[in-house]
Amino acid sequence: MLHEPAVEVGADYASKKKTRLGVILFTVYATIYALFVLFGLFYTDLLGLKAIGNINLAVVYGIGLILLAAIMGFVYNLVCSRMEDQMNGGAKL
Amino acid sequence: MIYEVSIWAILIFLIFVALVIGLSFYFGSRTKSAASYYAAGGTIHWGVNGIAFAGDYLSAASFLGICGMIAYAGYDGFLYSIGYLAGWVVALFLVAEPLKRLGKYTFTDALDSKFNSRGIKLTASLSTLIVSIFYLIPQMVGAGDLVVPLLGLPHWAGVVIVGAIVIYIVATAGMTSTTYVQFIKGGLLITFSVILTIYILRNGFTLNPSADYHQFTKIEVQVEDNKVISIESDDYELISQQQDGSQTFVKLSKENYETWFKLEKQIDGSAYLTEVLNITNTASGEKLYNGAPKAERRFYQVGHLKNIVYKGEEVESTGPLGPFEFFSTLEESEVVIFNKSIFDDGDDRVTAFYQQPTKGSDVLKPGLLLKVGKNAKLWDKVNFFSLMLALFLGTSALPHILIRYYTVPSQRAARKSTIVAIIAIGFFYILTLYMGLGAMVSGVNDLESSNMSGPLLAKSFGIGLFSIISAIAFATVLGTVSGLIVASSGAIAHDFVDKYLKVEMTDKQKVRAGKLAAFGVGIFAIILGIIFKGMNVSFLVGLAFAVAASANLPSILAVIFWKKTTAKGIASSIVVGILSAVTIILLSPTMFERYGLPKADAIVPFDNPAIISMPLAVIALVVVSLLTQKKK
Repeated sequence: MLHEPAVEVGADYASKKKTRLGVILFTVYATIYALFVLFGLFYTDLLGLKAIGNINLAVVYGIGLILLAAIMGFVYNLVCSRMEDQMNGGAKL
Repeated sequence: MIYEVSIWAILIFLIFVALVIGLSFYFGSRTKSAASYYAAGGTIHWGVNGIAFAGDYLSAASFLGICGMIAYAGYDGFLYSIGYLAGWVVALFLVAEPLKRLGKYTFTDALDSKFNSRGIKLTASLSTLIVSIFYLIPQMVGAGDLVVPLLGLPHWAGVVIVGAIVIYIVATAGMTSTTYVQFIKGGLLITFSVILTIYILRNGFTLNPSADYHQFTKIEVQVEDNKVISIESDDYELISQQQDGSQTFVKLSKENYETWFKLEKQIDGSAYLTEVLNITNTASGEKLYNGAPKAERRFYQVGHLKNIVYKGEEVESTGPLGPFEFFSTLEESEVVIFNKSIFDDGDDRVTAFYQQPTKGSDVLKPGLLLKVGKNAKLWDKVNFFSLMLALFLGTSALPHILIRYYTVPSQRAARKSTIVAIIAIGFFYILTLYMGLGAMVSGVNDLESSNMSGPLLAKSFGIGLFSIISAIAFATVLGTVSGLIVASSGAIAHDFVDKYLKVEMTDKQKVRAGKLAAFGVGIFAIILGIIFKGMNVSFLVGLAFAVAASANLPSILAVIFWKKTTAKGIASSIVVGILSAVTIILLSPTMFERYGLPKADAIVPFDNPAIISMPLAVIALVVVSLLTQKKK
């Protein structure tokens, strides 16, 4: 007996495109995150430089990473929803 | 530290518990099927699920742990916030929708959806149980820590109260009541964190945190060959002197109380002593706080600014600050943080917390707690990288988080609820920076336990706010523990008994099995919470993240993205991930310290295992999958 889904979902013809978009956005975010980790590892002084007004790069970059996740998520949802509407019609997903 | 117990705190706590139990009773009467018990029937609205995600995820480690860590070590604590939040990007972009498409009730269901393999059922349920239990321990320990100041009860009582309430919540109504408890708690936590942050910004910075804040004594001394020979004070008597590395500590006596000072030398050759807080474990088994038993309350709360530079001028207080001014003012000012030193004084063991004036610019960048930058050793850097890797990749592999994807009706709802979660959790994590830094300079830190900085900061603004924040913190533990027990009960009753052992059960019996498993795990959690009292909350949560990232994530991603994945490949990857992660942790410097052995003797020179265990799990998955391909 296979482990079937909890609720029935219809065929999702947008799934491939959504996956590709997800991988691209993940790669972009992971690269920006990796840069932050590298700064922390090797160029800690650089994170101490003033970035916006009198606020240093560490605070701006850290809060920026949090905000970026929310913004990218919002954009991802917008694009995915449009893809689903176009490719699946009114099917339940 | 001894805290005053507040009637308001008790009342608000009781109201919240009554609300939670009432909610469970209501949903319990409606829970009849397995789908309802494990996945709330897949009917939860994405908005509710998103906030419930936040309620589930923002555990004791987030509210108590991160705020405390920032209050003691500045920006290094915020690194945890960044890593924990970044992990949700992996969940949203790579895991959420495919997992929703593949699974039924548990994460094991998703892994096993294409294979129907007993190996996957066994290893994935084991992995769920191990990760959930590692995550449960710090929550229960945190609950015990909270009730001491909140209700004036001993640590074990807090653990038992949380355990009993959570068993009731989970065993009555499963995922539906768990979801609403997490939703209410998530919403309240964020709302009151905003209120707390407004208080912090409205008060601004001041050199004197409160009217009764302790004034630290400073005494001029004469030193010869690094030995204090006389002190310029008629009140104190010089007793003895001890060395801890480069630090020199001097014991003085006043009115029959013996207490410690730290020797500070000036470039011009002069020297003085600064007062330190100290805890002495005497040879006779007595514990003295600043030279007196705990009941005498000589161990005070600390944390202050040495100087404040506001808009280019040195001031005594700033008045209300804007959210950006808060950082720019701190950047220019100087903070007094407290470092710890442990040394022997005859047969006594002394823990001294001494003042360390630190530039605000250093508080607001990495390096006070985690060793990074030019002066860090290779293994320190490996440890930092490994921690950031585990935080980034651990979230989307935590079973109690993954099961929440099955409570919503569609893939679109799964995606939307993840975005709501990212916004809510991200917002909260930005607030942790204000709350942590606010606590750092508000004279509220209890040097014995960093976990209480957030609630104690609230207490400095009024007992009402403290009562509500503490009740929410307690609810934080309730919400997270509920989710963990649902995940564990699913692993035992659904994955192991139903699917692996293939015990024939009706739908009603499946629900009963789940409730029994929840009861068993709950009792186990209570025992662990009492046994592990005093253990570091963040350390254990980091451990859970590392084990989850190593054991679960490679398999999840392989099932979604790699067509050559086989059942044996997944099972091998899970086993290699768990074994390697746990082994590295057991051989790490921090664990050696816990065994009572020198840290330097540790077999593995770093604490966080993800940098090794995760690649090993990936290699196991790829190699075993390629070796076990079906012949076409």
